[in-house]
Amino acid sequence: MLEATATAAWHRRLMLGLLLAPALLWLFALIVLPHLDLALLSFREPVAPRKYVPSLAQYRTFFAEPLYWHVFMRTAILSALATALTLLIAFPVAWTIAKLARGRMGALLFVVCLIPFWVSETVRTLGWMILLRESGVLPALLVRLGLTNGPVELLYHDATILVGLVYTSLLFMVVPLVGSLESLDNSLIEAAYDLGSGGFAILRKIVIPHAAPGITAGCIVVFMLTLGNYLTPTLLGGKNSLWFTEQIYTQFITRFNWEQGAAFGFLLLALSTAMVWFGLKLSGQRFSDVMRRT
Amino acid sequence: MKLVLSVLLSAGMLLATGCSSHHGDQGAPGTDESKTLRIITWSDYIPQEIVDQFRQETGIQVEVSLSNNEEIISKLRATGGAGFDLAQPSQDRIISAQREFRIYRPIDLTKVKLDEFRADLLEIVKKNATYEGQLYALPYVWGTEGLLVNSKRASISDYLDLCRPDLKGKTSVRLRRPTLMAFALAIGKDPFALYGDPRAYSALMDEVGRTLIACKPNFRFFYDNKDQLINGVRSGEIVASMMWDSVSWKLNRENPDLKYINPKSGAIAWLDTMALPARGRNEAGAYKWINFTMRPDVAAKIARSIGNFTASKDADALMDPELKAQFAASFPDGMKNLKWYPAIPPGLEEIEGRVLDRIKAAN
Repeated sequence: MLEATATAAWHRRLMLGLLLAPALLWLFALIVLPHLDLALLSFREPVAPRKYVPSLAQYRTFFAEPLYWHVFMRTAILSALATALTLLIAFPVAWTIAKLARGRMGALLFVVCLIPFWVSETVRTLGWMILLRESGVLPALLVRLGLTNGPVELLYHDATILVGLVYTSLLFMVVPLVGSLESLDNSLIEAAYDLGSGGFAILRKIVIPHAAPGITAGCIVVFMLTLGNYLTPTLLGGKNSLWFTEQIYTQFITRFNWEQGAAFGFLLLALSTAMVWFGLKLSGQRFSDVMRRT
Repeated sequence: MKLVLSVLLSAGMLLATGCSSHHGDQGAPGTDESKTLRIITWSDYIPQEIVDQFRQETGIQVEVSLSNNEEIISKLRATGGAGFDLAQPSQDRIISAQREFRIYRPIDLTKVKLDEFRADLLEIVKKNATYEGQLYALPYVWGTEGLLVNSKRASISDYLDLCRPDLKGKTSVRLRRPTLMAFALAIGKDPFALYGDPRAYSALMDEVGRTLIACKPNFRFFYDNKDQLINGVRSGEIVASMMWDSVSWKLNRENPDLKYINPKSGAIAWLDTMALPARGRNEAGAYKWINFTMRPDVAAKIARSIGNFTASKDADALMDPELKAQFAASFPDGMKNLKWYPAIPPGLEEIEGRVLDRIKAAN
C-alpha cells in the first residue's frame, strides 16, 4: 500500500518533469546560454585581429561618450512617457468594457481593441507612415480644411514616435486593466456614493487601489515592450529616432562590434529591471501578485 | 529585439558547432549538396532568368538570399563562413573581414576563365582583395554613387549643393560611409589618401561630421534602402540626393527630368565581387557559376537586371543601347574622375561609426 503511494508520487513528479522539460530546455538553450555568451562578449576587448583581452572597455565607452548616455536616457524617458499615455488612454476603455458595456457589447468592444493586432506591426507602422507623410492623407486633409497653408511633415518627430508606441501597446494595457476592474464589486462604488463621496474620491480611494495590481502589470508589460521596440521608433522617427535598440542593432550588424553591442544589451536589461523594481516600490506592489494579473 | 538577437546568436552558435564536422567538405558529386548553390547577394544581382538558364545547363538549383555589405559579413561571421557557397561583398570590404573573422577561402585561379574578365577591374581586386599572397575575390559588377537631381526643380553640380539653403528639407543621403567619403571629397580633401594615417583620418572625419551636422536640416530623412528614396523622389518630396547610378537611370527612364550627374568632386566607384565563404559546401558549383556569369550573353542579362555594367569583357557589344546612352550623358568624360575605393584598413570603420552616430544624434 505504502509502496503504491510512493510509486504514484514518483510518477507524478516524472510527469511534471516531462511536461516542464520543453519549456526549461527552451529557456536554457535559447535564453540563458546566449545571454551568458553575450555577457562574456561584453567583458572583452579586441586588441589585435582575433585577439581579445578581458576588459571593461565596452562599458567605459558607454559612460565616456555622451551620445550613448543621451540616447539611453532619452529611450528611458520616452518609454516612461509612452507608458503613462497608454495608461491614460487605456483606463477609460477598460472601464467601459468592464463596467459599462452590457452582455455581448463588452466582448464586441474587446474585439475592436484586438482587430489592429491581426495585421503585423510592420504593416501597422507603414500604415501610419502613409497617413502622416507630407504627401500623405492627414496633411492633405489639414490643407483641405484650411488649417495649414501647405502640407506639413508629420513624420519624424518625437510625438510621432509616441503616437506609434501608444498605438502599438494599447492592448497590452487594456487586458490586465479589464481583468482587475471586472473583479471590483459594484456595490462598493454604490455604497461610496450613498455615503456622499464624489467621483474623484471614489476613483482615488476605491477604484485605483483595487486595480493597482492590474495597472502595475500593464505598465510593466507596456514599458518593457516600448523600451525594446525597434521597428516603430526607427520607421516613425526617421533621421532623429535615436532609440537605444537601434544603437544595439548598429553595433552588432553594421559596425561588427559585437562586444559593444553586447554591453549595450546588458545596460538595457539593467535599465528595464531597475525601472520595474522602481515601479513596484513606488506603487507598493509585490512582483508575484502583479504577475498573477498579467 | 533582445530575444530576437539571442535567438539569432544561439542559432549561429549551434550552426558553428554543428557544422564543424563539415569543415573541408567540398560537396562531393552525387550528394544533394552539389545540386544547390546558395548565394548571398544584393537585390537585382541575380535575375530569375539566369537562375533558370543555369539550372537547365548544369542541373544546379541556385538559392538567392538578399543582403548588403554589412549583413554579408555579419552573417558569415556568425557561422564562421558557413551557410552560403558564394557571397558578393564589395571589393574594399574583403581583406579587413578576412583578417578579422576568416570567413572566406582563397580563389583557385586555375578553375576560373580569367580571360573573360575585364583586365582593369581584375587589377583592382588583385590590388585590394589579396591577403597573405592569395586572391579572395573576383569582380562581378561595378557602378558609381553620385547625385540624382530633378533638373526641373533644382540645379546642382556637387555634393555640397545638397546643403544649399534653397533646398532645405528636400534632399537626402544615406547615413553610411560612402556619404562621409563624398563629403570629404567635396570639402577638398582626399579621404583615401589618409587611409593609412588613423589620426589624420579621424580629424578629417570630425570635419566631415561637422559639415554634415550643419547640413542636417536640409535632409528630409536618411534613407536606408533605395525604395525609400525612390518613393520620396516620385512623390516630389525629394528633389536632389546622393544615389546610385542604376537606380537614378531607372528613374530617368520614367521621368527624363530626373538626371544622374557625376559631381565635380567625382562620383564614388564601387565594385562588387564574387567571394567564396570559408565553409561553403558546393565549391565546384560556385566555380561553374562564376564562369557562367562572365559569359557575354549571360553578363548582358545580368547587366540589364541591375542597370549597371558587369566585369565581363565582351558583354559591352550586347549591352542595352539606352543604358549606354545614359552612361554617356551622365559621364561625358567616360570613366575619368571616378574615385575607386581602396581596401579599408582595420580601425577606420570605428572612427566613421562614431562620426555617423554623432550626426544621427545632432539636432
